[in-house]
Amino acid sequence: MYVAVKGGEQAIDAAHRLLDEERRGDRSLPQVTLDQIAEQLTLAVDRVMNEGSLYDRELASLAIKQARGDMIEAIFLIRATRTTLARFGYAEPLDTQSMRVKRRISAAFKDIPGGQILGPTFDYTHRLLDFSLAADAEPAEAARAPSELRSDMPRVLELLGSEGLMEQPSAEAGEPEDLTQDPLNFPAGRDLRLQNLARGDEGFLLALAYSTQRGYGRTHPFAGEIRLGTVEVSFTPEELGFPIVIGEITITECEMINQFKGSTTVKPQFTRGYGLGFGQCERKVMSMALVDRSLRAGELGEERVAPAQDEEFVLSHSDNVQATGFVEHLKLPHYVDFQSELVLLRRMRAEIDIAKDRLEAAE
Amino acid sequence: MNAPAYNFAYLNEQTKRMIRRAILKAIAVPGYQVPFASREMPMPYGWGTGGVQVTAAVLTPEDTLKVIDQGADDTTNAVSIRKFFVKTAGVATTERTEEASVIQTRHRIPEAPLTEEQILVFQVPIPEPLRFLEPRETETRTMHALEEYGVMHVKLYEDIAQYGEIATTYAYPAKVADRYVFDPSPIPKFDNPKLDNCPALQLFGAGREKRIYAVPPYTKVKSLDFEDHPFEVQSWSEPCALCGSCHSFLDEIVMDDKGTRMFVCSDSDFCARQRGER
Repeated sequence: MYVAVKGGEQAIDAAHRLLDEERRGDRSLPQVTLDQIAEQLTLAVDRVMNEGSLYDRELASLAIKQARGDMIEAIFLIRATRTTLARFGYAEPLDTQSMRVKRRISAAFKDIPGGQILGPTFDYTHRLLDFSLAADAEPAEAARAPSELRSDMPRVLELLGSEGLMEQPSAEAGEPEDLTQDPLNFPAGRDLRLQNLARGDEGFLLALAYSTQRGYGRTHPFAGEIRLGTVEVSFTPEELGFPIVIGEITITECEMINQFKGSTTVKPQFTRGYGLGFGQCERKVMSMALVDRSLRAGELGEERVAPAQDEEFVLSHSDNVQATGFVEHLKLPHYVDFQSELVLLRRMRAEIDIAKDRLEAAE
Repeated sequence: MNAPAYNFAYLNEQTKRMIRRAILKAIAVPGYQVPFASREMPMPYGWGTGGVQVTAAVLTPEDTLKVIDQGADDTTNAVSIRKFFVKTAGVATTERTEEASVIQTRHRIPEAPLTEEQILVFQVPIPEPLRFLEPRETETRTMHALEEYGVMHVKLYEDIAQYGEIATTYAYPAKVADRYVFDPSPIPKFDNPKLDNCPALQLFGAGREKRIYAVPPYTKVKSLDFEDHPFEVQSWSEPCALCGSCHSFLDEIVMDDKGTRMFVCSDSDFCARQRGER
């Protein structure tokens, strides 16, 4: 029993065994394998890799299995694992321009050089339960592009940029800071803000992004370009001194075109918001891009009035591992603090009774 | 498990009656946003759930439906919604504006004039024209009740002060029947004049925000402006590259990364007709 706090070790062990058993479920059914999770719950794996800040499909699949499908628990497991891993250094910046594109769309133009490529998307499906899946129906083979898609698709925002219509990305000189190595201080640069958003909770960012669309810090967004595909990761080992390709990862990138800035004398230009994440995570990178743009309020001379524009509010509460820890810690014993409150409250009530008695006696 | 059979046009009859009551109220008070109990639809909020519910409520088996997005019948979302009604209502569909009795649209009004026989259903993301000036619904409803539209004029004036002109190019606010300021949905302001005195019934559905509003046939719709800064629509320096039209709304097509552009009609049916293909 929970009440027997001291000597609860046996109870804790028993609770863990019960958890293991509940995780296993009906023993007459086969266990779900990591391959099955990695192959068939792809987007769950992507989310865990994203918010866990670790690109490893196998570990993410294991985390999902161990967490019984609880995404934040799985993300937590991955973050904890990340702590144990050796760091070799920083990869070269990813070149998303040379991405091998699987999906690439622009909502700003009807057609773009390289084409609109729908790829695997829920977007235009009707949300009707497909009962054939319950019967394990195998899908028909999908038609694919006859040849490799061009690997140098121009960026939509750069097409606008060449006409001067798009602000140039604000490139801050020097190495970016690293959120995972140093504590976050305010005000934070855009590099740290983007790192924070990249590992931030999808639901939290989604709600914030949504609030900007409903008048709490409007940014006038257009989805300039969203692309999904694989990019090479390069790394320069000290002993070699030149970059070598160490692997390939799947990422999603969103470049948002936002509210223009200018005046009667300064030629107006669109502004931008940026989102990037591991795997296929459009909801996440779109939300990220909207919140990124909102957080640029100060830099762009906009009045900070809405939650999504408040850097401290957003960055301090976006991390779901931190958030769930502090919210759920309320389950831990607080007997001492509560006891102190009880003593105080009883004394205050008693004092009122004493005062009332005195008053009555005086009358 | 077999797939269930759906009621005509997906919604159950009770829901349709509820939506029709909201539509009738909307027609009775032009431009007023009528709250309605919007349902979850099998497409996401933002994809046109409001328009789909309004269409589902007004559709009859004899109707011919046209669905456009950005003016075109072949855009992905228009194709998806059209298929949805073919599947759930079995109605005839068309791409020709004049053949349609119900037209659901996102972001455009067809170039061809509409008639008394037609209903135009708009998909609306944010029904409240004052939303970006005042985020709270309790406030904006009071402002409408008191006909308190000063902030909107101030916003337009600030545009002129900063940019030298009104910098709103779509979802341009207008006043309906000299009473309610309304959001005509994100149609380009190019289309605003078509709202005025239109023979067709114009219905606006916002699913996520749970609002329906209407512009009844032959109703005055006046785009907000100032005497010295009268309302103006967009124009292009070149005609449509396909049909040569000089008075339609043109989409910009990026041809390459060297800055080559082509301008073509956004209304694909209008363009085909101009080219003599229909």
